[in-house]
Amino acid sequence: MSAQKKPRHILRPNQAIAAAEHVLSETTLRQIADKVFKLSDADETEVHLDVTSDALTRFANNAIHQNVAEQMLTISIRTVYDGRTARATTNKMDDESIRRAVLASGRIARSQPKNPRLLPMPGPQKYAKVERFSKTTAAATPADRARAVRGVCALAEGKGQTAAGIFATGAMQNAIANSKGLFASYQQTRAEFSVTMLEKDSSGWAKANAASIEAIDPRALAARATEKCASSRAPRKIEPGKHTVILEPAAVLDLVGFLFYDFAATAVQDQRSCFNKRMGKQVVGRNVSLWDDFSHPLQLGAPFDGEGMPRQRVLLIDRGVPKNLVYSRATAKQMNKRPTGHGFALPNEWGEAPMNLVFMGGEHSVQEMISSTERGILVTRLWYIREVEPYEKVLTGMTRDGTFLVEKGRISGGIRNLRFNQSVLEMLASIEMLGPAVRATGEESFEMVVPAMKIRNFHFTEVTKF
Amino acid sequence: MLDWGLVALDTAKVRGATYADARVMDIRQRDLSTKNGRVGTLAESESLGIGIRVIANGAWGFASTDRLTRDGVQACAAQAVSIAKASALAKRHDVVMAPEQSFIDTWQNPFIKDPFHVPLELQMDLLLAVDKEMHRVPGVTMSEASMQFRKIEQWFASSIGSRIHQVKMQSGCGIAATSFKKDEIQKRSYPSSFGGQHALQGYELVESLDLLRHAPRVAEEAVALHQAAQCPEGSGTIILEGSQLGLQIHESIGHPIELDRVLGQEANFAGMSFLTVEKLRTLRYGSEIVNVVADARLEHGPGLGTFGYDDEGVPAQCTPIISNGLFTGYLSNRETAVTIGLDRSSGTMRTESWNRLPIIRMTNVSLLPGTWSYDDLVADTDDGIVMATNRSWSIDDRRYHFQFSTEIGWEVKGGKKTRMFKNPSYSGITTEFWNSCDAICSREHWTLWGTPNCGKGQPMQTMGTGHGAAPARFRNVKLGAAFSKA
Repeated sequence: MSAQKKPRHILRPNQAIAAAEHVLSETTLRQIADKVFKLSDADETEVHLDVTSDALTRFANNAIHQNVAEQMLTISIRTVYDGRTARATTNKMDDESIRRAVLASGRIARSQPKNPRLLPMPGPQKYAKVERFSKTTAAATPADRARAVRGVCALAEGKGQTAAGIFATGAMQNAIANSKGLFASYQQTRAEFSVTMLEKDSSGWAKANAASIEAIDPRALAARATEKCASSRAPRKIEPGKHTVILEPAAVLDLVGFLFYDFAATAVQDQRSCFNKRMGKQVVGRNVSLWDDFSHPLQLGAPFDGEGMPRQRVLLIDRGVPKNLVYSRATAKQMNKRPTGHGFALPNEWGEAPMNLVFMGGEHSVQEMISSTERGILVTRLWYIREVEPYEKVLTGMTRDGTFLVEKGRISGGIRNLRFNQSVLEMLASIEMLGPAVRATGEESFEMVVPAMKIRNFHFTEVTKF
Repeated sequence: MLDWGLVALDTAKVRGATYADARVMDIRQRDLSTKNGRVGTLAESESLGIGIRVIANGAWGFASTDRLTRDGVQACAAQAVSIAKASALAKRHDVVMAPEQSFIDTWQNPFIKDPFHVPLELQMDLLLAVDKEMHRVPGVTMSEASMQFRKIEQWFASSIGSRIHQVKMQSGCGIAATSFKKDEIQKRSYPSSFGGQHALQGYELVESLDLLRHAPRVAEEAVALHQAAQCPEGSGTIILEGSQLGLQIHESIGHPIELDRVLGQEANFAGMSFLTVEKLRTLRYGSEIVNVVADARLEHGPGLGTFGYDDEGVPAQCTPIISNGLFTGYLSNRETAVTIGLDRSSGTMRTESWNRLPIIRMTNVSLLPGTWSYDDLVADTDDGIVMATNRSWSIDDRRYHFQFSTEIGWEVKGGKKTRMFKNPSYSGITTEFWNSCDAICSREHWTLWGTPNCGKGQPMQTMGTGHGAAPARFRNVKLGAAFSKA
């Protein structure tokens, strides 16, 4: 192919593409799926379509230094031939490429032994309606984000601080169709703002994520980060050990998020879950109840799973007792349960997982937790969390961007960051106070609805140099 | 495909860009895995698109699309310029880049067997056989095996005149056995954990690792760990085996030397670095025997950080990072090089795919071999612990304080490896740790390990990096904090 020397001006000067321009109609999604079904000679055929239009403005040192956008449409085809299945994925949408992907799926499927556990594809399903698409968010432009960032950088400069962070907006669609007549489609927007404020020896952080840009207030988040940064100046070193700790929701999220796969029936089957041999027992405190609830108003995500099964609301922990797991169709069949609509796209070795965790909250504000604490540590955010021991669910990681000493019911100043090695199960058995459950967002786990927590005997093992 | 890049450059220029580069990338991937004797993942994917990076009004913009039509590429280039102009609303100064020559070249890593031409049946049969060998060992509760192959073909064009075509073939494989007993889960992996070994090689990598031969040992060790003694707490001497040392290099040398971190560009997410610019050529990073390079050249080996040119068209280089213990170099790009007064980028801009902006990434950050034979090193150690195969890793956001645990350890007493330890862990401060290194094994024990899963950037990008390492000894290291009950 040859390049034309004079590019045609297909956009007005300075016009940027917003995510809204990439949303496909249901008719178009169905037409693409039907094209695949016509090309396939498999016993059964499944089509996944994913449309992404994302943009992210990144700033550091009080200026935008990276500013990106992407558009992508991906088609993923799973075929079944005589009890064998495999997947082929492409973003090349011409007829020949789609035909090749269909053939590739079949070729790969036939290359393996028959799978006696493979179930026939499900037929048409009914789904709960969830509305998570914001036209305002889909229409957000780079200039909209840049103006907000400029305001945040000005705030930082006014305080003698340095700001770094992101402002992201985007839209996504996904659809699943199969040759048994199942069709499911979903669209969602997303807005996210995260900011770190820095001084010579301190930092503060705040972040929010929602379906609508209108739920995000960059200036308020920046103000919170600014305050944390200012109040953690000249951090003192305190000795590690077992301390009372107040975890803000983002810190709770990043710890309890590590539990999500333990609720997979496959993980229990494989004896890798921390709930293996613990179902029905008092594993954590009576003040802990946990659901997977795709329909919760603070949650995002599709009302169906990777096979197109409708997601169910599942009570996972009831007053400290693990009650239920989540099941894909295959594990449900093996374990004589009903599928809960949490399966991953097939084929896979992971099975399923709850992706919309919602903790029961309490009534205590973080300020009340501080006021009630004789000596403890307030944690804004955690970092680089890794699993040390999977059955007791011991995690390690660091505090970051706003760690404070609480003395005699008030914050007495910033402290140097600490390493923890802490069992999440023990932590959830040691909760003294719970805040209201809010949509929290961090960097180690996907977003969840969790409360702030006051916890006794949280195990810090070492301290770093800042 | 290069023509799409030229269309992008033309459009960007017309729209007002003062600099532009474009990458068309065509990525093909094959993933196979088994678990407990059954097929797990079996999938192939391909992804083709263009990423366009521009400077306009003195600021950066980037846009990407998979619509490789004239209209699609022109719209994408116009969008990149529009985004750059929005960036200029919140800029402090105009972007300046270190000078670079233009290159017209083609580069491909050598390999013997194209993994995409090896029959899937043969690959899956091997994984199922290995899986079966592990699962037949009593006490194994989960067996896993996997292979991954990736072919990346890319066409780069820039407004300074570079036209570069590169093809990279990447292979990887690994196995793991897990054993649950009483209240404990133990695991062993080969040749490394979290997916095994990965390199810029063909299927010959898989064949060279002889997975079938190692499967029974891996499974038996996973079960035996339940009977092993708990690794002690305190401080002492450790000998780190190669793959664990590779990750230690990655976390405590590779990340802190990224100049974008040092300059605060990653402060909100990946973090910053203790290696502030006044430490260049003044900080004693390690002991006299510690020599580390960042080497993307083919002659360093087929690492995941090997290439001909980086993703802003700078040729692969070897940068001395630590020279006889002294900190001597950063990983830089054309923009950050200027910021600290360097003449040229060290050539480390890399992108995960066409839809991601190139950012500073590790290439092959390797500890150069020392002089010891492994047997002599153990014989020379009166009281210590050999630690092998990573189990967990964590380090603070300025890369000072780290903690690692490994799958297995062995006590060394009187110069001999004796009993097995379970749950080994060690922790420390980066420079104190590297200054405690007193012995490094020789070239014959040196392996260029591949880390396929390094995350950085927003939106997140996953990148493969290489880390050459031979077993090495460290003194007075803190032990056992990860499992401490105190």
